[in-house]
Amino acid sequence: MARIGVFICHCGSNIAGSVDIARVLEAARKMPQVVYVEDNKYTCSDPGQASIRNAVKAHRLNRVVVAACSPRMHEKTFRKTVEQAGLNPFLLEIANIREQDSWVHSDDKERATEKAIEIVRLAVAKVARNYELYARQISLTKRALVIGGGISGIQAALDIANAGHEVVLVEREPTIGGRMAQLDKTFPTLDCSACILTPKMVELAQHNRVVLFTYAEVQSIKGFVGNFEVEVRQKARKVNHTTCTGCGTCWQKCPEKVPSEFDLGMGQRTAIYIPFPQAVPTKPVIDTEHCRYMKYQRFVASGEEDKKPPQCRVCEKLCPTGSIDWEEQDRVFTEKFGAIIVATGYQTFDASAYGEYGAGMYPDVISGLQLERLMCASGPTGGEVKRPSDGAHPKTVVFVSCVGSRDEAKCRPYCSKVCCMYMAKHAIMLREHDPEVQCYIFYIDIRAGGKAYEEFTRRAQEEYGAIYLRGRISKIYQEGKKLVVLGEDSLIGRPVELSADLVVLATGMEPSSGVVELAQKLNISYDTNQFLVEAHPKLRPVETQSDGIFLAGACVGPRDIPDSVAQGSAAAVKAAALFSQDYITTDPMTAMVDISRCTGCLLCTQVCPFKAISTQALRDGRVVASVNEGLCKGCGLCAAVCRSKAIDLRGFTNQQLFAEVTSLWQ
Amino acid sequence: MKQAESTGTLAGQKAFSYFPGCSLHSTAREYDVSARLSCEALGIELKELEGWACCGASSAHSTNELLAVSLPARDLKRAGEVGLPLVAACAMCFSRLKIASHELQNNDMRKLVQTVIGQEIQKTARVVHLLEVVDSRLDAIPVKKPLTELKVACYYGCLLVRPREKVAIDDAENPQLMDRLVRKLGAEPVAWAFKTECCGAGLPLARPDIVLKLCHRILAQARQAGADCIAVACPECHSNLDTHQEEIRARYGDDARVPVVYFTQLLGLALGLSVQQLHLDKHLTDPVPVLSSKGLA
Repeated sequence: MARIGVFICHCGSNIAGSVDIARVLEAARKMPQVVYVEDNKYTCSDPGQASIRNAVKAHRLNRVVVAACSPRMHEKTFRKTVEQAGLNPFLLEIANIREQDSWVHSDDKERATEKAIEIVRLAVAKVARNYELYARQISLTKRALVIGGGISGIQAALDIANAGHEVVLVEREPTIGGRMAQLDKTFPTLDCSACILTPKMVELAQHNRVVLFTYAEVQSIKGFVGNFEVEVRQKARKVNHTTCTGCGTCWQKCPEKVPSEFDLGMGQRTAIYIPFPQAVPTKPVIDTEHCRYMKYQRFVASGEEDKKPPQCRVCEKLCPTGSIDWEEQDRVFTEKFGAIIVATGYQTFDASAYGEYGAGMYPDVISGLQLERLMCASGPTGGEVKRPSDGAHPKTVVFVSCVGSRDEAKCRPYCSKVCCMYMAKHAIMLREHDPEVQCYIFYIDIRAGGKAYEEFTRRAQEEYGAIYLRGRISKIYQEGKKLVVLGEDSLIGRPVELSADLVVLATGMEPSSGVVELAQKLNISYDTNQFLVEAHPKLRPVETQSDGIFLAGACVGPRDIPDSVAQGSAAAVKAAALFSQDYITTDPMTAMVDISRCTGCLLCTQVCPFKAISTQALRDGRVVASVNEGLCKGCGLCAAVCRSKAIDLRGFTNQQLFAEVTSLWQ
Repeated sequence: MKQAESTGTLAGQKAFSYFPGCSLHSTAREYDVSARLSCEALGIELKELEGWACCGASSAHSTNELLAVSLPARDLKRAGEVGLPLVAACAMCFSRLKIASHELQNNDMRKLVQTVIGQEIQKTARVVHLLEVVDSRLDAIPVKKPLTELKVACYYGCLLVRPREKVAIDDAENPQLMDRLVRKLGAEPVAWAFKTECCGAGLPLARPDIVLKLCHRILAQARQAGADCIAVACPECHSNLDTHQEEIRARYGDDARVPVVYFTQLLGLALGLSVQQLHLDKHLTDPVPVLSSKGLA
């Protein structure tokens, strides 16, 4: 026999102001199986909670209804309260008479009171049928996977490893380092990017709790928090990295030259290569598309009769350790993880979408990242800024801001955040390289929010003579050796025409290619711009809606280096906190399948948004649905679609819900 | 309001309502003649829209928005009754008709326009430009005389591809429709930056200084890109670029003379029609010498 206590909260005047508490008390007293009622000014306060605990003992209550605010606010609080009073925490129901009643019906006290009584009646009917539920404990693998080896991923991996847990970092490029490795200097301190990044790269590679897979990609992901099973594809490098010493003979002697991806076409690399001198690992991969021997093999395989291309194999002949392995194939292996951190970063917008700027048409129209490579001491020009067309030193440089940012016509409505700052940095650095350089910066707004950022952009103007012009560029075209830039100075309201040696497009950030496919594999959300979505944009910025999967860096939105590092550390803390438990406690309010009723139609597997329902074969050969309690979030979709009523939701059983509904006309 | 056959493919469409507009019946006769002859050779039937009237360019759309929609609305209604897609060759007519059909999708605007023209608009025609029609059957063009070695600067002007939201037949900054056609005809489209720059439009009488400056830049860029001629799809672009070349030479001192022809004339030439048939001998900057030097005239 249920002995129900009802506790009605005034919430100051939040509820009492528009609901007649005395009438609700009176009505609740007459509801079936209710043996005790009381009201409190603030039920959530310490005295309010103590009052519940005392009443449970004094009146031998075995069910509790709290009529107060939304269960999203205080359900956890009151579960703890009844637990302290010796009851199972799930023998509690919250009647939401604030958000769903007093707040929205403050103009009609009479009807608000009636509604409050009905809401309490529903809760009483339901709680009478509540039964004890117990959380389950699931084991967990204390090992984290970090996807993406940019600065954010590196930071996350290091922090988790330093907290004492194993980490696997998967990077699809042949080296870690990401975009930051391509930068020359960093704003606003003008630290050399490589000087501050490479020690971290080395630390990561040498860390005894870190396993690094470069030139590898995540192929598939199964499982749930604490128990992810991830298939990783190690792409064939054609070089045995166990025996290779990274001596460099092969990439110095390889005769095949192709444009370097790392230098964004500003320089060349060989077919067997490391992307840049400080790459980690400092061991090469063979680009099978361009390698002469691979081309030869493909030619032989095609069976054509033409003149055979050369076999080459220079690297193989010169390698002192015999590490070239032509037979190597892609390798897929499965690893278990407890948490996943996604740090896939960004790529720069392809400026050729702007026909009027002529990127890709005129060699001297380059992107900001390309200029970084031209300024970098280890870059293709050895740090001498030479323009791509004729190698001349540019004297007049025009910058165009917001290329692929803040432009709805290009489906990039957002601000990329870093461009204003890197244009100022470039203007300063170009003057440092050559005092005769004059920079013109066409901007829409100067967005320099950040510590010492505004001061930095002012320095670019005041000390380094960069001329800022507010307005957009309408056209860039080649005239002889010069680029003519047509634009507008919107502050004086006049068209401007400049003759430039070099034009730098401040291309914005967009999510890395392939991030959508990855998000679908992980079952996490992405927004219209394909940036990944946080669980809460302010309060849960590095978590996702999927437990155990965290986000860091520019895969969430445009970020600069300090923000990316901070997020890497934040995501690491979330993973470490998860690993501080020996078991994962699951919410017991999950779906359950009555296998004697399940017909195996498996409609439930199609509607489940969390991919929590799989199948199991019974001994008689029948196939029935089976719920993974680690993944189930208790949304109830499966219970709603189940045609044979074989699925029920713990804590929200059909019986409980019917009781609520029928209570309304009893 | 229905828009007739808005989903059908152009490639399968044999007959079109044809909207010549005032220019093609007067100063741009060579455009009209070459368009009709080329279309005939391609098996495209152009039926001149009966009772067509002014499209509203450019006096209406620069003075009164309602008038600018009402004038083409009447033509669109007539074309809707015929039931064929309405093809315009003049870029200005195309722009006015296309924008008006866009505006008429708005119920309030349509009601207002109906009271202005005193007729109910049940159905309008789909508006297309002649370039789109030719492009839709590009592979089927029976090229008889390839325009080999002819370098063409394709000039689209401002109205053919703008405003992007309402017209959008091609990229607004670096369109390719005409380039594709010219390449198909055996000529070489040059890469240049002034495909959609302003030619000065209707200003040659009021502000000749502006027109001369803008045209000078376009012509000089076309020459610098190595073009033998400029191909256009707009009578106003043609008149601005073609008729002021001597003045420009006098004013700026450099020889920026380049013949300016309609794309339909190049198309006709490749289809085997003669210089005289296509009125290629009617331009002020004579294209015949450069055509004969390539063995095309």
